[in-house]
This record gives sequence, C-alpha cells and structure tokens, in this order.
Amino acid sequence: MAELTFDQIAKEENLVYKKTSLLTDKAMSYCPGCGHGTAHRILMEVIDEMGYQDKTIGVAPVGCSVLAYEFMNIDVQQAAHGRAPALATAIKRLNPNHFVFTYQGDGDLAAIGTAETIHSINRGENFLIVFINNGIYGMTGGQMAPTTLPNMKASTCPYGRDTSIMGNPLKITELIATLPGAYYVTRQSVHTPAAVRKAKKALKNAFDYQLNRKLGTCFVEIVSNCNSGWKMTPVQANKWMEENMFPFYPLGDIKVPQ
Amino acid sequence: MAKELRLMKGNEAIAEAAIRAGADGYFGYPITPQSEVLEYLMAQKPYERTGMVVLQAESEVAAINMVYGGAACGKKVMTSSSSPGISLKQEGISYMAGAELPCLILNVVRGGPGLGTIQPSQSDYNQSVKGGGHGDYKLVVLAPASVQEMYDFVEKGFALSFKYRTPCLVLADGIIGQMMEKVELSDEKPRWTQEEVIKNSPWATTGKTANRERNIITSLNLESSVQEEHNIHLQKKYKKMEEDVMCEELNCDDAEYLFVAFGSASRICQKAMDVARAKGIKVGLVRPITLSPFPNKILRKYADKVKGMLSVEMNAGQMVEDIRLATQFRTKVEHFGRMGGIIPTPSEVVQALEQKIIGG
Ligand SMILES: Cc1ncc(C[n+]2csc(CCOP(=O)(O)OP(=O)(O)O)c2C)c(N)n1
Ligand code: SF4
Repeated sequence: MAELTFDQIAKEENLVYKKTSLLTDKAMSYCPGCGHGTAHRILMEVIDEMGYQDKTIGVAPVGCSVLAYEFMNIDVQQAAHGRAPALATAIKRLNPNHFVFTYQGDGDLAAIGTAETIHSINRGENFLIVFINNGIYGMTGGQMAPTTLPNMKASTCPYGRDTSIMGNPLKITELIATLPGAYYVTRQSVHTPAAVRKAKKALKNAFDYQLNRKLGTCFVEIVSNCNSGWKMTPVQANKWMEENMFPFYPLGDIKVPQ
Repeated sequence: MAKELRLMKGNEAIAEAAIRAGADGYFGYPITPQSEVLEYLMAQKPYERTGMVVLQAESEVAAINMVYGGAACGKKVMTSSSSPGISLKQEGISYMAGAELPCLILNVVRGGPGLGTIQPSQSDYNQSVKGGGHGDYKLVVLAPASVQEMYDFVEKGFALSFKYRTPCLVLADGIIGQMMEKVELSDEKPRWTQEEVIKNSPWATTGKTANRERNIITSLNLESSVQEEHNIHLQKKYKKMEEDVMCEELNCDDAEYLFVAFGSASRICQKAMDVARAKGIKVGLVRPITLSPFPNKILRKYADKVKGMLSVEMNAGQMVEDIRLATQFRTKVEHFGRMGGIIPTPSEVVQALEQKIIGG
C-alpha cells in the first residue's frame, strides 16, 4: 500500500481531535504518563467549551504544577505553597462575575495549606478547587505526603509509612465534604478514557454551579499517578493506583447538590 | 466647603481613610494593638458604603495571601496587623515584592521578641526596612507620627505602591494606633471601575481577552539568568524610589546637635527639643517620614554641620546604624532608646543628649 503523505492525512474531514487553544504550545514539564497533563487538558477544554476564557482567573500552586500558567492560556496567579484558596477567596470576592479555580497537589492542599483549604470551603467561597491527589510530593523528589497510604514507600518513609510513627493518611476530601460551605464534592481519576470523560463532566458541573451563583465551594479531587515518585512505569503506576489508591480513596461523588 | 474634622484613634483613622480612598478590599486578623482597624471597618459596613470587601481571615498568613490575590487583580487592597502577625505575613510580602504587586500593609508595632508585650515599640524597624522576608527586596516604608498621618498615608501609600509596584508598609506603633487626635477627613472617592483597573494595571489578571496575551502573576524564575535580570530590574526600581524620600526637618538651621527620630519617638523629641532649647542647647530634629527609601542625603548634609546626632528610638538601636552609614562617620552618632514597651520621657531624652553627645 502506498504511504499517505502528511498533507493527504491532515484534512478537515479527518479531524477527530483538536488541542484546545486554551492550552499553549509549550511542551509540558510533566513526566511522561503523569496525570497532571490530562487534568490540565480537560480543565482547559471545559473553559474553552463554555466560552469562559476572558472571565476565568486560575491559581497555580507550589508543586509539580507550579508552572501550570505556562501551559494554560488564561490569566493565572501563582500562589505561595498552600495558599491558593486564600488568593482565590479575594479574587472571587473582588470579581464576583469571574470564574475562579485553584489547582493544587496533596502537599499543597492537605498539609501546608490545610487551614486555607478548610476555612475557605467553610466560608463557602464560590470557586472551584481542583485537587490532584498522587499520594506523594512529586516536585521535591518523592517525599511522604499527607495522603501517602499506610506502608507506602516514599523518600522520607523509605521503609513504608508506619502510621504509628508517621501518622495516618488524611482523607481531606471526606473531611471537607462535611462542611456546610462545600456545595459539590467529587472524587475522579484520569487514568482511562472513560475516567477522563467522567472527570471532565465533573469539572463542567463545577463551572456551571459557579455561574453567577453563591452556592458554595466546588471540590473536584483527581486521584492521580506519580510514576516518577512511585518509581514505576506509567503502566505499572496506573495498575498500582487502581489496586491501592482507589480502595483507600474510592472514586465517585461524595456530596452532590440536592 | 467646611472641613470635616473628627476625633479619632489612629487605627480608626486608617480604616476610615481606606474607605474614603476607594480601597477595594481589606483582609485582616485580630491582634492587639490594632484590632480596631477591622472592628471599625466592620461597623462601617463599607460593603454597603462603597462596595469595599472586608473579611476576617483565618490567620495573618491567609490575610496576606488574600491581599496577594486581590492585588494581582489590580485592586487596591490592604491588611493590618501587629508585630507577631507581621512576622507571619513575611513570606507573602516577599512573594508580593517578587511578583511586583502593590498593596498597603499596616504594622502597629508592639514590643518583642516573641509574644513580647502589647505596649508600643519600634523594634520592627530592621524587619521593615531591610526586607523582612527572604530574598533581595525593599518595601516603601512610611512612618506616621500623628493620627492625621495615619489617615493621609493610606492614599499616599497606595499611590507609591502602585507607582513602584511594590508593597507599601505603614510602620506605626501602639501609641499612634491607640491615641486619639483631631483628623481632617477628605471626601470619599469612588472605587476604580473595572475599566480603570485595566487601564491603571494592564498587567493584572482580569481575564484574558482576545486583544492581549495572557497575564501571569508569579515570582518564580527557574532560570538563574532570568531571575538575575529580574533582581537587577527590582534593584533599579528601589534606587528610583529615592526620588520620593520624605523627611521633616525642625529647627535644623541653627542646630549644633540633632535628634533623629521617626513616628512616636519624634513626637517625644519635639518636646525634648523645647526643653533643651530652653536650657540653651541648640538642638534640631530630623524626622524620616519614609524609612525606606531612607533620607541619606539629608542626613549627610547635616553630618558636616552639627557636632553630633542622637537617634532616639523605642528599641535597642536599629535606625542608628542607618544614620551612621548615611553620615559616613563624619559626626558622632549615638542611640538612646527604651525597650519592652516603655515610652521614653522628654527629660530622659535631653539627659541622654547631654551625656552621650554633648558631654561624651
Ligand atoms: C513554604 C514552602 N515549603 C516547602 C516548599 C517545597 N515544596 C515545593 S513543592 C512541595 C510539595 C509538593 O507536593 P504536592 O503538593 O503533593 O504536589 P505534586 O508536586 O505532587 O504535584 C514542597 C514541599 C516550598 N516551595 N515552600
Ligand atoms: S514527579 Fe510525579 S507528579 Fe511530578 S510530573 Fe513527574 S509524575 Fe507527575
């Protein structure tokens, strides 16, 4: 069979998928196979599809996604470690008609920033928190996170997390779901096409709830992999996540609007 | 139109000034001796008067980061605290200096270290003028010496912080915050419209529109060469700030000696100056109003004219080092101060002048 040239393939009628213009062309700094990239993509697709680019202000954390603003073609503020919800509180209160989201890892959101997370949600701040839970500190080289599983290895618990010494993993999502200010709380993943579709729907819901309403905080957790920190291949990491992370952090809605 | 005069505490004056200056947001956390700022604002319901947002945060850390978020949207935002709370804010202040964000921060200083005392002090001078948090940066630091200046420095402070895109710190102390004086109020100005915000701060995150690139607010530069370029840019800006030095010179023309003092200590020195002059000692007063930028040139000018300078501070001797640098050791410079929340008396100050400068 004769080989097709690029020009013969790259035709409008053959287009099945197009990168949203809300993702920049900058090569992502994430490790191959990491869930951060997919989470960025669906978040930007939702904002694009809803036509909210000019009304959205994002807040990037300190963590592997500290450079999220390099990849997202929207206005972004980069916050100090853990403080993204404090920034978002002021952004939203001073710009009530804008869409505001934070994008945070587990160390950022559930360790150093626990107070900001809990209090902003308890006040019912009307923004979206996207929480990437990979059970480890990716950026700093794989140290123990508040969400590291019992017996799971990390560089600061090289023999596995001994809960009698290091304390227990924090189920922050279940915890914040009990707060009256939390409006929509759900736990998703992005490791299969079906999971990606569900997670994207959850993000869409969250933006929809934020639209001109003061309903409360929307919280979308994405249980994700950190193949580098877990010292696995991407395929192994996804399998390990299904077998170990999901039983401890079960996927699905935790609090849905009545 | 008749002047609007009111008897107010310093802490109330700064709060009223914020509303009237068209501030968009205040984020704070209670701590003595400055809690009246938040209390006054809440009682005034500025969200009804001007639409200003006022929020009691869960901590000083959250408050300064709320200020970051608001400032990065191009809004006029502020916070206030006292020494221990200001220490907690330092990371956020450093981030704001790095990201070049304007804002107003009030420190109503109390004695330290640690929880210290709730009584007035000037022991946060070094922290305020030398950076305070991590990294090479400077703030604009204004030192009010009256309740009127607490009021006036809100507008002045916002203007300077937007001019230089760096936080402005108003360094007061428990005396200025708590004492009541007559204040002349200005008319209420409307808050900036969103169009004005975008015009005044085209760099702000206001939502990416089709006609501009996205706006990013960050203090991160992973590339060392880019970070150094940024550092050089910041240093140039700090140098340029010197054109906005403010300083009061009282009875300096014929002075043989000088008191150098800021804030409350300068008020005590005014009285001490009268006492000393009655005794025939020709002493003047130089009062730095901007502590950063520091009035180096003005002090240098007097270094060859006077026989000595006494830095009067409510601390162990912090500004005295900057005076010695400014005067390049061309005249005798000594420090007199009380610590722990003790307020020096005018006669103590005169005695120190006689012993440390004239007799010494
Ligand atoms: C005040 C402060 N403390 C510590 C750090 C170092 N630090 C950077 S990222 C990070 C942890 C990030 O982990 P996580 O939030 O789980 O995000 P991930 O990298 O896994 O996506 C830490 C401890 C910092 N930047 N600032
Ligand atoms: S270190 Fe982990 S979280 Fe960070 S980019 Fe790599 S895989 Fe992703």
